[in-house]
Amino acid sequence: MNAAVKYLRSLLLLELLAGLALTLKHFFRPGVTVQFPEEQTPMSNRFRGLHALRRYPNGEERCIACKLCEAVCPALAITIDSEQRDDGTRRTTRYDVDLSKCIYCGYFEEAFPVDSIVLTRHIQYHAEERSELLYDKAKLLAHGDALEQQIAADRELDAPYR
Amino acid sequence: MVMDAVIQTVLNIWQMVPVALQTLIVIFAQIIAIIVPLMLSVAYFTYMERRVIGRMQARVGPNRVGYFGLLQPFADGVKLLMKEVVVPIKANPLLFYLGPVLTIAPAMAAWAVVPFQPGWVIADINLGLLYVLAITSMGVYGVIIAGWASNSRYAFLGAMRSAAQIISYEIAMGFALISVLIAAGSINLTEIVMAQQGSAIHWFVVPLLPIFVIYFISGVAETNRAPFDVAEGESEIVAGFHVEYSGMTFAVFFLAEYANMILICTLTALLFLGGWLSPFEGIPGLEALFAWVPGIVWLAAKIFVMAFTFLWFRATFPRYRYDQIMRLGWKVFIPITIVWLALVGAAVVAELPWWFD
Repeated sequence: MNAAVKYLRSLLLLELLAGLALTLKHFFRPGVTVQFPEEQTPMSNRFRGLHALRRYPNGEERCIACKLCEAVCPALAITIDSEQRDDGTRRTTRYDVDLSKCIYCGYFEEAFPVDSIVLTRHIQYHAEERSELLYDKAKLLAHGDALEQQIAADRELDAPYR
Repeated sequence: MVMDAVIQTVLNIWQMVPVALQTLIVIFAQIIAIIVPLMLSVAYFTYMERRVIGRMQARVGPNRVGYFGLLQPFADGVKLLMKEVVVPIKANPLLFYLGPVLTIAPAMAAWAVVPFQPGWVIADINLGLLYVLAITSMGVYGVIIAGWASNSRYAFLGAMRSAAQIISYEIAMGFALISVLIAAGSINLTEIVMAQQGSAIHWFVVPLLPIFVIYFISGVAETNRAPFDVAEGESEIVAGFHVEYSGMTFAVFFLAEYANMILICTLTALLFLGGWLSPFEGIPGLEALFAWVPGIVWLAAKIFVMAFTFLWFRATFPRYRYDQIMRLGWKVFIPITIVWLALVGAAVVAELPWWFD
């Protein structure tokens, strides 16, 4: 009896029809694809993209060459030289980030006191030669200047959790 | 009038052409009239396949080339045309090139007897259905020759599988067709369609429902489509019989596969779904409402629905195991068709209303 019922069921293609119904249901649902150049996936304010050096609102750079970032960097991607400036403050003369070494861990953001180097949400950059991946101080500062508003807003959002 | 003069001149020129050449030109024009729309449908069938399966898998499918990706088939065609045709060093070159030709020739030749509307048929021969069955069976030679000539294990295995599968399902298909021609009392395709006159309930899909299902599934197996695509099972034998083919020779296999699919859909529409007949025939009110729709549109709509089902199957079902395919063909389909054949014969003898009276 049981076998006969089973046989009849398979003859009526019930399970196959159920499968077809499922795919048809999905046929009338919108796809989940993000059309990349026109649409972008949502991005967290903690996203770790390209590095940037920040400045204070008065134009003074934030970095005081404490070299904590250089020390914490697990990939040894940061190189810093510093010197005393004429007004007696210590500033960097060289701040290189080698993007080909960087693993985008963001440890330096945790390490230092003044939020000077940060990872931004900027991800669309490329290099045609390895040397272009060596970001020096000027490049990092320029990038920070360009994205300062977004960087500040992202830090603001994250402030309660720090 | 200028128009009349032009027509007169053309007719005069036509009269001057020798009769043999006239016949040749007419045949050529008929071939063009079939092949060009067929190739266009094949091109857009591939596009439809990718879009439909994309939607069923919550994707989008090609939408970049032209509006909504409508030029995608032509981009693919141009790409394949420009690729090199690589002939393996140990392949038999003559047979290697013969394979694709033998595959696509039957897929197109079968269209000679397909009626699209009353009178719209190239060769209205008496044995239309038999001709279709014979010609489509020829396609298996292309597959076997291609697999053998490639001199590759994968291709050979694929060809063997494909040949065994096509031959097995040919039998179930043949029995299914016999039921249809007993019901219609004719082997001529036009007469089979005319035997289904009346509204949608007079179509053979109603009294022959299991036969319809078996015929369509056999058709899916015949064309080596999912879920019966062990002949080219990617996970097992790479691409099966056409693994060594590239460029245009590969494209020809591709065209043949899709042309065969459209052919199976068309035959299903003709044999079971009333061909070009309107589903509202004989229903007061609705019949007059849809009287303006030409028969070929109804046929195209039915073909479209069947073609969608092909893609729907592919998006839904996982591939059958090889022995399961054989079991289904020999132990399930053939017995069912034989039993139903007897039932249909009895129904025809008893003149069961309202299909066989």
